[in-house]
Amino acid sequence: MVRPENGAGPVKLAVKDLAIHYGPKSALAGVSLDVREHEIFGIIGPANSGKTSFLRALNRMDLHTTGMRVEGSIHLDGRDVRKWRNVYALRRQIGVVFPLPVGLPLSVYDNVALSPRLRGIKNKADLDVVVERCLTRAALWDEVKDRLDSLGSLLSGGQQQRLTIARALSQDPKLLLLDEFSIAVDPVTTMRIEDILRTLKDEITIILVTNLVQQARRLADRTAFFLSGEFVEVGETEDLFTGAVRDPRTRAYVEGRFG
Amino acid sequence: MFEATELNRKNQKTERLWRLLFLMMTVLLILPVLIILGVLIYHGGPMITIDFLFTEPTNGMTAGGILPALVGTVWLVAVALLVSVPIGIAAALYLSEYAADNWLTRSINLAIINLAGVPSIVHALFGVGAFVLFFRFGTSILAASLTLAIMTLPVVIVATRESLQAVPHAFREACWNMGASRWQTIRHVVLPNSVSGILTGVILEVSRTAGETAPIMFTGAAFFLPFLPQSVFDQTMAMSLHLFVISTQVPGVPENLPFGVALVLISMVLAMNALSIAFRMVLRGRKKW
Ligand SMILES: Nc1ncnc2c1ncn2[C@@H]1O[C@H](COP(=O)(O)OP(=O)(O)OP(=O)(O)O)[C@@H](O)[C@H]1O
Ligand SMILES: [Mg+2]
Repeated sequence: MVRPENGAGPVKLAVKDLAIHYGPKSALAGVSLDVREHEIFGIIGPANSGKTSFLRALNRMDLHTTGMRVEGSIHLDGRDVRKWRNVYALRRQIGVVFPLPVGLPLSVYDNVALSPRLRGIKNKADLDVVVERCLTRAALWDEVKDRLDSLGSLLSGGQQQRLTIARALSQDPKLLLLDEFSIAVDPVTTMRIEDILRTLKDEITIILVTNLVQQARRLADRTAFFLSGEFVEVGETEDLFTGAVRDPRTRAYVEGRFG
Repeated sequence: MFEATELNRKNQKTERLWRLLFLMMTVLLILPVLIILGVLIYHGGPMITIDFLFTEPTNGMTAGGILPALVGTVWLVAVALLVSVPIGIAAALYLSEYAADNWLTRSINLAIINLAGVPSIVHALFGVGAFVLFFRFGTSILAASLTLAIMTLPVVIVATRESLQAVPHAFREACWNMGASRWQTIRHVVLPNSVSGILTGVILEVSRTAGETAPIMFTGAAFFLPFLPQSVFDQTMAMSLHLFVISTQVPGVPENLPFGVALVLISMVLAMNALSIAFRMVLRGRKKW
């Protein structure tokens, strides 16, 4: 597959004037950005800047959060996410990986097979194929192929995080959201996952929230900077580090002289 | 070398003191239970024979067995459970998994907790008014069981809700993010991991139901009725009421008879509790996070 040049791909996700409130409190405001197909889109920003809230708005988790209000518009493949008649179908297109690995209390196999099963795939042979493919893509297959029946929650933290990625991939997502995935993972595993992401980007669009600016620099084609609920700016990732950006706060943050 | 300071030593002493105090309280708590059991077994144990369990009372309840009461209690508990368990679990699922966290839900939760504290005699009078008179079930197993069901519903709801809430929220979020509906999430992740707690709650409720006297006294339990019930519209004898009657209302009852009845009743309850503990241990062993 030929990868489009940076910035050349069609728009996958279009966000316009997005604002998020929890009750009366504003968590994020003024976000307008486009994520293009087959890019890794980085989001950086210190704690409490609204990064997780942004991801939650994309797959309509506001429906499950009392008091969470989302304004503005979010279009996935040109369709307003709030106009999907079936929110479950929307969420199946969006895989999510959390900061702390959430191995569901099911076997390794069932963790990965759950999403296909929810979609109605029952045939064991079909499921086997999906499970092996997703675990392989998450670089976990070799480690767990002999213990597919043991509990997913008993794997090591790093393995569980890759299991979470395999589970997200089992949805066959068009968009993959990663929220500070490396927070509980050792550096070696982090590097392995980063390699996986680079290969995945041929097929999937990835949004990578990270509090490691160097990780954004290693992976992201373009990066947005959020600060205390404010959308500061978005640009080519390298530009954020070489000073070709407009806002001095971005420069200060990536260079670690902040606050 | 580390030397214990004055403060260290003092802390250690207080630590021992508290430990002793708590231990004493625990012993104090178990003691009455052990005494009750001991007395019951001592006086009632010799009463328990196959005949005692499987024949009817005779001679104005001063002799014979307890079969109708035993069977009646099983009927009452079974019908009450059939009503309260499905309703209770459904209500708990709604409150825990579906209802938005707003003032209405919170007041419903509060109401349920308070409902659990309503005295059983009040439930009894409600049962008379509602089931015996208004719905015209008469004094019958149905009316008595419905009264018991209403009385125990709050317990089932609270126990179920607590086991549901014990399943980490992150699991639900992970499922929802995958595109699972609320029901799929409940079915695949929440219920399988809370079923042990729910079962325990239900079984504890059974034992409570079996021992209640007031709610069934006016609604369906008979003083003396040496036949087995044929349908839910019959009256029946019950263990708890039978015990009350032969201990206080009938002259000339041999001294050991009430002990025997009480021993059977408490054994039923304890057997249920043992079952619930066994369940808990089996399912705990498979705890998954
Ligand atoms: N469910 C919620 N209810 C109320 N307020 C919330 C909720 N979730 C997040 N917030 C608030 O929204 C703001 C932004 O939080 P968010 O989790 O999006 O930040 P973040 O950038 O992901 O931070 P971190 O880097 O620490 O993960 C915070 O002030 C937080 O208190
Ligand atoms: Mg976050």
